[in-house]
Amino acid sequence: MPELLMGNEAIARGALEAGIRVATAYPGTPASEIMATLMRFGPGAGVYAEWSVNEKVAVEIAAGAAYAGARAMASMKQMGLNVAADAVMSLAYIGVKGGLVLVVADDPGPHSSQTEQDTRLFARFAKLPVLDPSCPREAYEMTKYAFDLSETLGLPVIVRPTTRTCHACQDVALGTIPPRPPVPGFEKDPRWVIMPSLSARQHVWLNRQQRRAGEEFTNSPFNEVRLNSPAGVITSGLSYYYVTEAGEHLGVKLSLLKIGTPYPLPEKLVVNFLKQVERVLIVEEQEPVVEDQVIRLAWRHRLPVEIDGKHNGYLPREGEFNPDIVAAALARFLAIQPAGTPDRPGTPTLPARPPLLCAGCPHRGSFYAFKQAARDRKVILTGDIGCYTLGAAPPLEAMDTCLCMGAGLGLAQGLARVQPDTRLVAFVGDSTFFHAGLPPLVNAVHQQTPIVVVVLDNETTAMTGHQPHPGLATGTRQKKIDISQVARACGVETILTADPLNLEETLAVANQALAAPGPALVILRHPCPQVAKPAGRYQVDETACIGCHTCIKELGCPALRPDGNGVQIAATCTGCGLCSQICPVAAIEEVV
Amino acid sequence: MDILIAGVGGQGIILASRAIGAAALKTGLQVRTAETIGMAQREGSVVSHVRLGPTTTGPLIPRGRADILLALEPAEACRYLGYLKPDGRALISTTPVVPVMASLGATPYPLDDILGYLRNNIAGCHFLAAPDLACQAGSHRALNMVMLGALTNLDLPFPAETLLAAALKLLPDRVHEVNRRAFQLGKQALEV
Ligand code: SF4
Ligand code: SF4
Repeated sequence: MPELLMGNEAIARGALEAGIRVATAYPGTPASEIMATLMRFGPGAGVYAEWSVNEKVAVEIAAGAAYAGARAMASMKQMGLNVAADAVMSLAYIGVKGGLVLVVADDPGPHSSQTEQDTRLFARFAKLPVLDPSCPREAYEMTKYAFDLSETLGLPVIVRPTTRTCHACQDVALGTIPPRPPVPGFEKDPRWVIMPSLSARQHVWLNRQQRRAGEEFTNSPFNEVRLNSPAGVITSGLSYYYVTEAGEHLGVKLSLLKIGTPYPLPEKLVVNFLKQVERVLIVEEQEPVVEDQVIRLAWRHRLPVEIDGKHNGYLPREGEFNPDIVAAALARFLAIQPAGTPDRPGTPTLPARPPLLCAGCPHRGSFYAFKQAARDRKVILTGDIGCYTLGAAPPLEAMDTCLCMGAGLGLAQGLARVQPDTRLVAFVGDSTFFHAGLPPLVNAVHQQTPIVVVVLDNETTAMTGHQPHPGLATGTRQKKIDISQVARACGVETILTADPLNLEETLAVANQALAAPGPALVILRHPCPQVAKPAGRYQVDETACIGCHTCIKELGCPALRPDGNGVQIAATCTGCGLCSQICPVAAIEEVV
Repeated sequence: MDILIAGVGGQGIILASRAIGAAALKTGLQVRTAETIGMAQREGSVVSHVRLGPTTTGPLIPRGRADILLALEPAEACRYLGYLKPDGRALISTTPVVPVMASLGATPYPLDDILGYLRNNIAGCHFLAAPDLACQAGSHRALNMVMLGALTNLDLPFPAETLLAAALKLLPDRVHEVNRRAFQLGKQALEV
């Protein structure tokens, strides 16, 4: 009986069946459930699984295990690969002994990311083979195969699912999880010590492996050819299904080359296909990775085939594909009428519904207090990556910049250098603090740049689904790292702590930090109500409420709703009490 | 059968789509779903695509092809109505979740227009005050179960009990009673 698995669960299962020993990851949408699954099922199967402090460390740990001949996997989102890039680029030259698979999930759209970068392009840049699954089933199969391929080539292999595979469920027929094979062990050898002379030699080897990988892929079951007509489609990853469905709806039978191995492209397979069609449309989400390689092959082999795709505007290079975009491109390619969609005119204007901080989110108190403290001063608030990025939205509007993990601390220092009359406050989450906040903190102290670092400590990595981080000890053998001790050891002199749901206390701390002469660090700690038990509930005393709507306008808590001239508190209230602290007539009280 | 589930982050849409998927699988059907997980889950607009039956298609339903629209919020029903096929059916919770921006007056929320538009543009349109039934069952969080219960009246390819069992399997034991009640209330609300 097949099981209904999310793509990420299928990937984790594939890794377990492939006999991994070590699995590492840093949370990131849409990849997080891979590690969540390995955490659940890995230990029972003899797998060491950990949430690492960041992606670079995760890759290095997995690589270390692979140096000893064990199979290992590191999983992350596409921007995590940027953090790990230093390790990954060099690792390609050094190679591995045990199979090393990097699962890097892309997020076209983007749904929950800062960029729409295409990991297939990164793989090509790093000279590493990449597999592009079209569905959870294939993600499962590809993950298993990736370990064999990694050992055949002696290279790390990247598996690149996208959001619609990671967060899609499908029935998957599973194999068995075999017992772990013994680890061959690390053998001391100069091949593990990267030096310019070694790199020069290894670069030749690495380039040779590109050809080998391309040949390896020629007979791969993940690539599939169907010859039906002189008009053909070449497609990679999930787009394959959009093409087949559009073909069905349009009632056309096309020649098709499905690519599961976009880099290195299996040249023979592609050239043979191009020889048997007159025109092709290339359908791939994100960057024209396959398209550019196909155009080059066609030119090199002097093939008289017409190639349509992104380069001539048939398909966009930005955004996420869907069945409708692909169907329209296919219809245009075939010069036929696309299937119509029902027309229902007169749609009313709909409310925008952007994401928001949850009801009772402690970040709301942090932002509110710092905005208050900043009222009579010139202040820039730099932000970072996490739920708290949502503090940029009205009514809080408490974030002036957000760039990438940890960047708030660095940007603040640069701004402080050129705007000495402005106080710089850098908000950073607890998990982000450990991930990328330590080097910029050390820098600020060392250079004595007077920024205020505010660690929004909700005791979890909330945005990605509430994973742990080094500031907590969730396992029995973990040691909790105390943020204030870290700051003290780094030489921060002003270290303050408050509960962000206590506005008076938080405001006092904010004022104190803003008045401090050197770098200061404030820890605003309160657990995220999505993991901690709600404290209770609040209600509005209708007779006392004057209908000023201050609570709604200033806090924007989604549990607060205008009710005629009064305010209603919805059942989603978690009892944080912030609204009652700012009500000018004390009309909001705790339900006892 | 293609079912589109729409609503607001936090309403339990992922559980609803998983439960339908698991029930279908139990019945021997193939399943593809696509869910909204990530930033939008924080009070944003979320949608799940659920595709059942032998299929060679991807996880996303093309516009104008869903057989059923299951909406846990009226404005979200409107937002995703384009996915419903011309003779498709819809099951819509009529209680609005007014976004903070609308509370602040920065964006409109014309509830009556929305409900009227839905009624006039969907052949088989069923309205339900689902949150009331959820509270009646014992928890506002059981809204998704009310909707699943009601959905079983729309000729699903599996019996109601299979769906209920699949949904309960995804929930901790201590909330089974409330959710079972919510499911039954939703089912009865639409029974003719
Ligand atoms: S106490 Fe007030 S601010 Fe806090 S969650 Fe409840 S309604 Fe929102
Ligand atoms: S999940 Fe937690 S930290 Fe994130 S917005 Fe909600 S309450 Fe805040």
